[in-house]
Amino acid sequence: MTYDAIVIGAGMSGLAAGIRLAMFDKRVLIIEKHSIPGGLNSYYQRRNFDRGGIRQFDVGLHALTNFIKKGEKGKPFSKLLKQLRLSYDDFKLCPQSYSAIRFPGTELRFSNDFELLRSEISAKFPQDIDGFNLLVEKVRAFNELDLSLGYTSSREVLRGILKDELLAEMLLCPLLIYGSAWEDDMDFAQFVIMFKSLYFEGFSRPEGGVRTILGLLMTKLQELGAEVRFKTTVSEILVKNGEAVGVVAGGEEIRAPVVFSSIGFPETAVLAPSLDARPRVGAMTFLESIFVFDRKIPLSSNEATIVFSNNSQTYAYRPAQNYFDAVSAVVCFPDNYEPHVRDGEGTVRVTYMANYQQWKELERSRYLEMKEKVGESALALVKSLVPGLAEKPLFTDVFSPLTIERYTGHFNGTVYGSTDKTRDGRTPVKNLFVIGTDQGFLGIVGAMLSGISMANLHGLMGEAKQGQ
Amino acid sequence: MADVRQIVIDIISDIAPDEDVSSIDDAKSLREQLDLDSMDFLDIVMELRKRHKVEVPQEDYPKLASLQSCVAYLGPKFAAAPV
Repeated sequence: MTYDAIVIGAGMSGLAAGIRLAMFDKRVLIIEKHSIPGGLNSYYQRRNFDRGGIRQFDVGLHALTNFIKKGEKGKPFSKLLKQLRLSYDDFKLCPQSYSAIRFPGTELRFSNDFELLRSEISAKFPQDIDGFNLLVEKVRAFNELDLSLGYTSSREVLRGILKDELLAEMLLCPLLIYGSAWEDDMDFAQFVIMFKSLYFEGFSRPEGGVRTILGLLMTKLQELGAEVRFKTTVSEILVKNGEAVGVVAGGEEIRAPVVFSSIGFPETAVLAPSLDARPRVGAMTFLESIFVFDRKIPLSSNEATIVFSNNSQTYAYRPAQNYFDAVSAVVCFPDNYEPHVRDGEGTVRVTYMANYQQWKELERSRYLEMKEKVGESALALVKSLVPGLAEKPLFTDVFSPLTIERYTGHFNGTVYGSTDKTRDGRTPVKNLFVIGTDQGFLGIVGAMLSGISMANLHGLMGEAKQGQ
Repeated sequence: MADVRQIVIDIISDIAPDEDVSSIDDAKSLREQLDLDSMDFLDIVMELRKRHKVEVPQEDYPKLASLQSCVAYLGPKFAAAPV
């Protein structure tokens, strides 16, 4: 069987790349190991034993970053809509109320109106408002899409601009935990991407969660005639004379002159033995606890959509020392996206940093015990954030780095991929390109834009050149 | 002879449905008047190829800057293309 292009992985980047290629009449095959799309942003369901029926959960989605209002132009999300030819309304975006970065004694709120954050900083860090405004100008002027940039430490840049280290720590916290593959620091280009997508633009959630996005992408692919094969594992990327010529998937040899891999750079390298690179596996992996309550939780006591909580003056973004790190957490109240529907069950999600190696070494019964501990700790945190919440959850689910590894195929359960980003998607093997997290764009919107821009650059523009 | 101006406008309205294409100044650059980036220009090129079998090599993308330059550059290509 021969195609014009093969895409490995039906996550956000793979689906978006597939759409772009199929839009211009390429015969595209997307190969996905699992039975459903989404990759790191997939979904699952659990039977509701108490009440009958099932409960649906998103795997990763706390927030869709890069929020825009309808009609806003020149932003990543508007580019995405144009490139995939999707309509704004189809995403049914529900904006956040606001989110909060909470360190001992200090809280900074931000929302989809950037001026909230500026006024918070002006009130709480008056000595640093000029520095902050400088930083904002620097971020605004920075071209983070320049694919040729090298690594610059964000902490160093911040030290040069801000006087109060606490402010730097607080600003970094959401940006690191929502996207950094690097421990404790991030590349300034990535800082800029995250700063724009979280603080300038903000959060929303599609009504229906990640399924809404995946449904749109899958429908588009179908309309364009692209083929998606689920439950099919790629066991080898075929390389001939240093050039990718196809894959072996489900025991079958499938040929194509170009292969896009969204499964991660280290994971891709292993499939192509002649690929002369051993990208590092990122260390950052997480635990997620999901609680379902009998009622919508927030009430008036907590209206924040997402709380970035850190119980220390400094923000340690690194693998937990002891299975999980309860000093720091992200707590997401999905019911606090607009419109605040107040009837029905309520959900709260808590993310902790984890330590893959320690979880890997646990034997089964200890593993389950430890997951229970995580759940208890997370529940105590939720209760501390929501005064008056006394009841027990109807349902609790905790997933670990091992769960992430099992379902995403990412080595060591890493969520933000390798610390070796390819930037322009190129690998030492010709016509084999990396898309998604390990290309270097972040978040759901970033992943889709990665698929789009890599498909444009290596699948369409190259082709246009050959057509001369 | 094909109406190149209309062909380009049709493509722009398909790839950027929110743009008002009714009052474009032919002499001015499209980027100045509409929210079009390099990704959109790639789409114009790809659509020309898909719909009209007209090829625009990458180094000629700047020739699509305004409607006027589109007509000047694409006119002969359309005249030569098999219809």
